[in-house]
Amino acid sequence: MNSFTPFSALLGGVIIGLSVVFYFYMTGRLAGISGIFENAITKASQRLSNLAFLLGLVIGPLIYFNFIASSAPVVFNITHSYLLIIPGGFLVGFGTRLGGGCTSGHGICGIGRLSTSSIIATGIFVAIGMLTVAVLQQFGIYL
Amino acid sequence: MNDKIISLICGIIFGIGLVISGMTNPEKVIGFLSITHNWDASLIFVMGGAIITAGPFFYFLKNKELSALGDKINLPIKQNIDKKLIIGSSLFGIGWGLVGLCPGPAISALATFDPITLVFLISMAAGVLVKKNTIK
Repeated sequence: MNSFTPFSALLGGVIIGLSVVFYFYMTGRLAGISGIFENAITKASQRLSNLAFLLGLVIGPLIYFNFIASSAPVVFNITHSYLLIIPGGFLVGFGTRLGGGCTSGHGICGIGRLSTSSIIATGIFVAIGMLTVAVLQQFGIYL
Repeated sequence: MNDKIISLICGIIFGIGLVISGMTNPEKVIGFLSITHNWDASLIFVMGGAIITAGPFFYFLKNKELSALGDKINLPIKQNIDKKLIIGSSLFGIGWGLVGLCPGPAISALATFDPITLVFLISMAAGVLVKKNTIK
């Protein structure tokens, strides 16, 4: 059921990397999404700029589906129950801010800058994510 | 150009990259995290592609003091490898494994206008605010 798609994954990754670089070059800030999200909802300074980035994250897929992709592939297929969605969302918000970054902040910007703490953080959240999925599968959730 | 327009453009490019890469599809992410069963390694290429693209630029730009828009470059101070980093990243890993969405894709998912994405996002905002107000 899971198909291996290395080319689209690599292309998407390169595009994300270009966005991160352009953002850093122009503004001097790192495009860590959990940090931008926290600042957008808690800080008055640069709020409009942070909200503009988040708005772009929503507009990007709309542009892609309406003007670039000929047919919309299956994405955003959230089929879980609220019993997973609500604690999952909470832990993502709480955990990324406690740990100082998410997949973009630690995984891309941090590793891209060869930061030891980001390499460790990324190793931890990927490993724990894998463990979580394995445990859920043991209980018959997902597969 | 001002930084709001730049931010918007960067967000749009980032969002397009997320969709093309498959990161916005929780099933795909769970397939990547499902290392013991039908493992789909694709997402390694997402992170790999982004790091290989951004890494050299960070290296060449690392001594710059001002951004192109004239702002002071604001790099995070060296983060300690401490309890916060380890526990925070672990909790994030659990949440990521439960749903298959990390913060960027969670926001991009609003493009579907599916109310369930809003539930995830509100829960995520609650997590951010609880952290902000309880732990310095």
